[in-house]
Amino acid sequence: MRRKENIFKNIDWYLVITYFLLVIFGWISIYAAGYKPNVSSIFDISQNYGKQLIWIVASTVLILIILMIDPKFFSALSYTFYAICILLLIGVLMFGSEIGGAKSWFKIGGFAMQPSEFTKIFTNLAIAKYLSSININNKKKYPKLKIAFIIGLPILLIFLQNDTGSALVYLAFIIVLFRDGFFKNTIIIGTVLIILFIVTLLLGKILILQILAGLLLLMTFLLLKKYKKYKKTFFKILGIFAICSVYILSVDYIFENVLQYHQRTRIEILLGKKTDPHGAGYNVNQSKIAIGSGGFTGKGFLKGTQTKYNFIPAQSTDFIFCTVGEDFGFIGALTIIVLFLFLIIRIIILAERQRSKFSRLYGYGVASILFFHFSINVGMTIGLFPVIGIPLPFFSYGGSSLWSFTILLFIFIKQCSKKNELI
Amino acid sequence: MNRQTNSNRKFIIIGIFLFIALIITLKLFYIQVIDKSYKLDASNNVIRHIRQYPARGLVFDRNEKLLICNKPSYDLMVIPNQISNLDTNEFCSLLNISKEQFIEKIEKSKNYSFYKPSVFENQISNKTFGYIQEKLFKFSGFFIQPRTLRDYPIAIAPHLLGYVGEVTNNDIKQDKYYKSGDYIGKSGIENIYEKELRGKKGVKIILVDVHNREKGSFNNARYDTLAEAGRNLYLTIDAELQEYGEKLMLNKKGSIVAIQPKTGEILAMISSPSYDPNLLIGKERSKNYNNLLHDSIKPLINRANTGLYPPGSAFKPVNALIGLQEKVISPNTKFSCQGPESTPIKCTHYHISPLNLRQAIEVSCNSYFWNVFKNIINNPGYNSVRDAYCAWREYVLSFGFNSKFNGDLFSIRSGNVPSADYYDRIYGKGHWNALTIRSLAIGQGEILVTPVQLANLATIIANKGYYYSPHLVWAIDNIYNKYNIDKLKHITKIDSVNFEPVIQGMYDVFEKSEGTAKWYKVKDLSICGKTGTVQNPHGKDHSIFIAFAPKDNPQIAISVIVENSGFGSTWAAPITTLMIEKYLNKTVKRKNVEQRIIDGNLISEN
Ligand SMILES: [Zn+2]
Repeated sequence: MRRKENIFKNIDWYLVITYFLLVIFGWISIYAAGYKPNVSSIFDISQNYGKQLIWIVASTVLILIILMIDPKFFSALSYTFYAICILLLIGVLMFGSEIGGAKSWFKIGGFAMQPSEFTKIFTNLAIAKYLSSININNKKKYPKLKIAFIIGLPILLIFLQNDTGSALVYLAFIIVLFRDGFFKNTIIIGTVLIILFIVTLLLGKILILQILAGLLLLMTFLLLKKYKKYKKTFFKILGIFAICSVYILSVDYIFENVLQYHQRTRIEILLGKKTDPHGAGYNVNQSKIAIGSGGFTGKGFLKGTQTKYNFIPAQSTDFIFCTVGEDFGFIGALTIIVLFLFLIIRIIILAERQRSKFSRLYGYGVASILFFHFSINVGMTIGLFPVIGIPLPFFSYGGSSLWSFTILLFIFIKQCSKKNELI
Repeated sequence: MNRQTNSNRKFIIIGIFLFIALIITLKLFYIQVIDKSYKLDASNNVIRHIRQYPARGLVFDRNEKLLICNKPSYDLMVIPNQISNLDTNEFCSLLNISKEQFIEKIEKSKNYSFYKPSVFENQISNKTFGYIQEKLFKFSGFFIQPRTLRDYPIAIAPHLLGYVGEVTNNDIKQDKYYKSGDYIGKSGIENIYEKELRGKKGVKIILVDVHNREKGSFNNARYDTLAEAGRNLYLTIDAELQEYGEKLMLNKKGSIVAIQPKTGEILAMISSPSYDPNLLIGKERSKNYNNLLHDSIKPLINRANTGLYPPGSAFKPVNALIGLQEKVISPNTKFSCQGPESTPIKCTHYHISPLNLRQAIEVSCNSYFWNVFKNIINNPGYNSVRDAYCAWREYVLSFGFNSKFNGDLFSIRSGNVPSADYYDRIYGKGHWNALTIRSLAIGQGEILVTPVQLANLATIIANKGYYYSPHLVWAIDNIYNKYNIDKLKHITKIDSVNFEPVIQGMYDVFEKSEGTAKWYKVKDLSICGKTGTVQNPHGKDHSIFIAFAPKDNPQIAISVIVENSGFGSTWAAPITTLMIEKYLNKTVKRKNVEQRIIDGNLISEN
């Protein structure tokens, strides 16, 4: 270093300001959700909003630290960080504590830390690092297999912690891979698999297998006359039929045996197979009532009744969006959506400007994770997606969640700030 | 990789993001702006969730006679942040409480939650309910929560029916079904069958305007859930027999357990002193409960399940059966007795001597059973006294002693049949023998049994070798949904043929001139029984009687224990025969015996 650098040099202020707007709006919502007329101080650390204030201050410190670190540091140590995270995930499986049914927390003193929240940052780094190391001069063996391993390992470990929601977030990396040129035929196959999945759950394995078998018979009948000519095609079709059958059977098996009762019920309610306003549908109904009752302009700050009756579970964490919808109405909800979209698209635009493949892919990872969290979280509160407990970035109460999203975002901001020097 | 083509993919990605965000926005716009069903009136209408408490399951006796039903009750609820312009004076005078009480209650509610309803005053009287219902519009923030309380048309069997009370924090922690203020079965079958009886709560969501008036259900009741009533229970209890038994046991300490031997169904289970189950419902519940808890005669204790007594002479048939099974005696084996001069165990009186097994049971000869026990323990077929004792204990355990049974009895105690290890500890390994533990020959010493186990002993003899674990419920929901009792069956280690001489001896207890219960023979009924007297170091002896009848086709097996009453023949025997007479003949002809028993007061004598 030749001179003392200004750490704020070249950073993208649009992202920073949007970030702080979301964090502040989030804190206001947490305050509204936990508001009790007889507890007055906003610094009351026995309350969620008091604690969140501490997390926010700590996040600001984290931001300063990240901005001081040389961006090459993250790319150089990507694999190391990733390995540490995997070890932590294994550790939490053995020594962790259970909160809300998921064994994914380390408890230290009065505070709990969730390693899976941080793992996505470093998985993102590792993916970017690995993909950026592939180029025409440096062909790697089995790149798809290796990338599947990098993404699959944390998914498996988090799944074992019984934290399905956090595990599903890793599916967001598919977007990064897609951007990097993966999935040429895969998109078509993927679409077929998703349709088969939904149809299997809706119609049941027996009916769908019968339909497939019928198609196969029809095909056989049509091809029988010109058997020699179409011999290869015939075996291909037979192969596809076999793969589809195995897939259908395993979807059915996983649904019936691997998924737990509450997860199954949620999927069934989502698919409209079941209605149970008191069971899994209860949360969604309560949250829809809260958001719906907010109307166009909302009931006003602290005036919401639904979010304060404690009708809604986890109202300052996974269901924080209800408070926004109730107190600030459609206008408030739309503001949040616009802020998130602005943030995410801004990240993509910046990522595309990067010369370094590492920074670009990392940026896509950040955008994908943020979008995945945002859409699933908001979607579940209005009944568009099943209830899988994942937080709304920068918004939901909780130190682990706020810090991990802060680190995730600001590593990217730091990467961008060096764009000129890297050339 | 081809950067140019892949770069175009950013449009696809941004497109997908915008598309999903658009769907979310549209859905939000729909539920927040277009769909009016979620709207609440601008004039501060509020939604109120009212729990719909299901009717708890009814409880019937074996003849479908109603034992427990429900009666309506009303709780006055409050939501602190909805209170406005309250005329405290009027409100207090309406509820008949002081201003201080009002403040205390309202503070308690505020501490619980400003926004969630909590109970302000529970189980308000019908009269108050009428007033409040009329004037509720003046008191915004308050509303009435209907629920039900238990009611007992016939006030019997409080110990086995149990009672219902408010859930504790621990209950709520253990089962998420419960919310603060819910009721839960605390003891007896109310507790054991809580899951069946409780049903399923529902929620009704209503709109309330600023004047505390209900404006109907929210969103056409789309989000309401109906309460599901609890399931009904049909008990094995015969209410008439139970009531009769309680009458006989008035002013006595002790218990009666009667079992249908063919099935293990408990016909009656009386613990005395008893109490009126209606005391443990309603507003006075905790006050009454405390009074009962601190009463010196301990009416809350279920002696039938938890009372531990040495079985005394009632245990002699068990030793006889083991002796026969081990072939150390035969029905014709004779031993002599010198009455009170016998050693090492004195006999209670002089009688014919030598005598055989049947006669020994008839006169309850201590010397005879000492010899039986000695032969069992000194059986040369075993390597050691210890081994022989272990074999003896295994036999005893197969009778259900030292066990809690796998039926549905509440807070039952297992009693004690001392293990060989126990004697090793007391006397040292190899330093004890038949003589050391001789009191077991006549059912005394360390052995402790419960009245249920004694009734079960009578059941086993009646069945000649097997029993079903005693239980209280025979059908759930309706009389056709029978309780499956297959898994309750247990077979003892005694062959059925060995029961014959013992049953004959127990028959002679009533029939022969020297029988210990000959005074209580019931005309035309063939009863087999056995007296027992339990030495009580703290006062007068306890009297015990076990019996079954009729001899050839047993319909009832019974045990009776009357504490501090002296000889088994004075109190326990007549009570037993009265119960049998009542159950088998439906009416009791021996009015003089009946009257003497009912009038007998053994509690104030002490
Ligand atoms: Zn004798």
